[in-house]
Amino acid sequence: MCGIVGLFLKDKSLESDLGEMLAGMLITMTDRGPDSAGIAVYGNSDENMAKITVQATDAGMLGDIDLELSKIIGVNASTRIFGTHAVVEVPGNLINDAKAALKEICGDLRVMSTGESIEIYKEVGLPADVSKMFEIPGRAGTHGIGHTRMATESAVTTLGAHPFSTGMDQCLVHNGSLSNHNSLRRKLRREGIEVQTDNDTEVAAAYLTWQMQNGMSLGAALEAGVADLDGFYTFVVGTRHGFGVLRDPIACKPAVLAETELYVAFGSEYRALVELPGIAGAKVWEPDPATVYFWEH
Amino acid sequence: MRKIDLEAMGLRAVNELLQSQREYTNETAWEILNPRGSHAIAAGIDAPIEVTVNGSTGYYCAGMNKRATIKVNGRVGPGVAENMMSGTVYIEGDASQYAGATGHGGLLAIKGNAGSRCGISMKGIDIVVGGNVGHMSAFMGQAGTLVVCGDAGDALGDSLYEARLFVRGSVKSLGADCIEKEMEREHLLLLEDLLERANMHVSPDEFRRYGSERKLYNFDLDNAY
Repeated sequence: MCGIVGLFLKDKSLESDLGEMLAGMLITMTDRGPDSAGIAVYGNSDENMAKITVQATDAGMLGDIDLELSKIIGVNASTRIFGTHAVVEVPGNLINDAKAALKEICGDLRVMSTGESIEIYKEVGLPADVSKMFEIPGRAGTHGIGHTRMATESAVTTLGAHPFSTGMDQCLVHNGSLSNHNSLRRKLRREGIEVQTDNDTEVAAAYLTWQMQNGMSLGAALEAGVADLDGFYTFVVGTRHGFGVLRDPIACKPAVLAETELYVAFGSEYRALVELPGIAGAKVWEPDPATVYFWEH
Repeated sequence: MRKIDLEAMGLRAVNELLQSQREYTNETAWEILNPRGSHAIAAGIDAPIEVTVNGSTGYYCAGMNKRATIKVNGRVGPGVAENMMSGTVYIEGDASQYAGATGHGGLLAIKGNAGSRCGISMKGIDIVVGGNVGHMSAFMGQAGTLVVCGDAGDALGDSLYEARLFVRGSVKSLGADCIEKEMEREHLLLLEDLLERANMHVSPDEFRRYGSERKLYNFDLDNAY
């Protein structure tokens, strides 16, 4: 089943409430998938800096990584720690050095996301617990995507939770299942795209990353996905400035969109949207099958 | 009119109360407040009562309805009036996928659009949609009538049995074994009655009729056991 929520703010006045609104929406969707939950927040950013969000099984290992990382890369790196995750900030030009150094410091660190703005938090557990651990209600940002998972295609693990990020500031969440993910994963790996898990959704994320690396816009990559991705899906995707929605041609996985002058909101069900400001007067509709919806700041 | 705050009372208690109403109940008019997209609101009622839901609902609103008149002042999620037996369900807004699925009887009137698979496997229900219906509507429809005042999506009436389909706008494509048929006087009378009961103000003359060509496997006598 799985539950998806998403919020793309058009008006800056709501940015300080992004986390609060998104967490509330996601908790409403808990009964669509109790296995694991995750949230991507596109928060405040500095164009000269890059954020690497990492996860450790043992949160105690995160305490000293800023000092050790600073030693290796030669400049001050800062970290903010939330539960099992840490957001490491380094100068943008040192991002690859920093990623290599983090691997060296601790082999058990897993990279959740990298980018100028994106931070991804995900863990096994219920949305309410995950949201609390990562202090999501306090987060400000321009847009965000949340997912609560009922696992089908791969194990219930942190790395199997959504959102998946396979490129800078990109993320994707999925309700459904893909049937050609094994062959597509092999193809993408041959093309040099990094795919970490056996999960079908990560392959969809990697596919979009690959198409965008080859010069496609997100909208064009999603259009191409309708032909190349076989299976059931409602996808919600985020980029540094954009927010997109795509359903497969059969469109049996539910999706509701709402738009006002202040925001665009996505929910697997209308229930997820009822607390949003001005929802009674919002334009509410279900996205058409095999049709790309995309908004950009 | 008895008003119930669904948020305060809880879905299970509200449905138990509605389902406990019997034929000669004195409480014949009910209003449900704060539905907030909840599932299965007013499902399984078996009494000639009137229920008005003020707001939008989630999955399976008015499912299995028998004899009640249920009106939703909002939009409804997937499977509204699924397997309805009798009675009437009015939706002021849009309906999601498989509206009226497998319905045996009664009238489902949707003022807005209905999503995909509207009337899938219908078995006698009458469905009138003010706007458009999505793809695969009336798939394997066995009996009853689907009236679409707007347009129909892909594969309308695929693998149809005896259900009657009327569309006022365009049909994106017809499903397997579904063909256009001649509109006769009995069909105009049927349409007039349904449109009036559904409170849709369009003329029966503007519709075209579709039905089964009866060429698929099931219709060939040599395939009978």
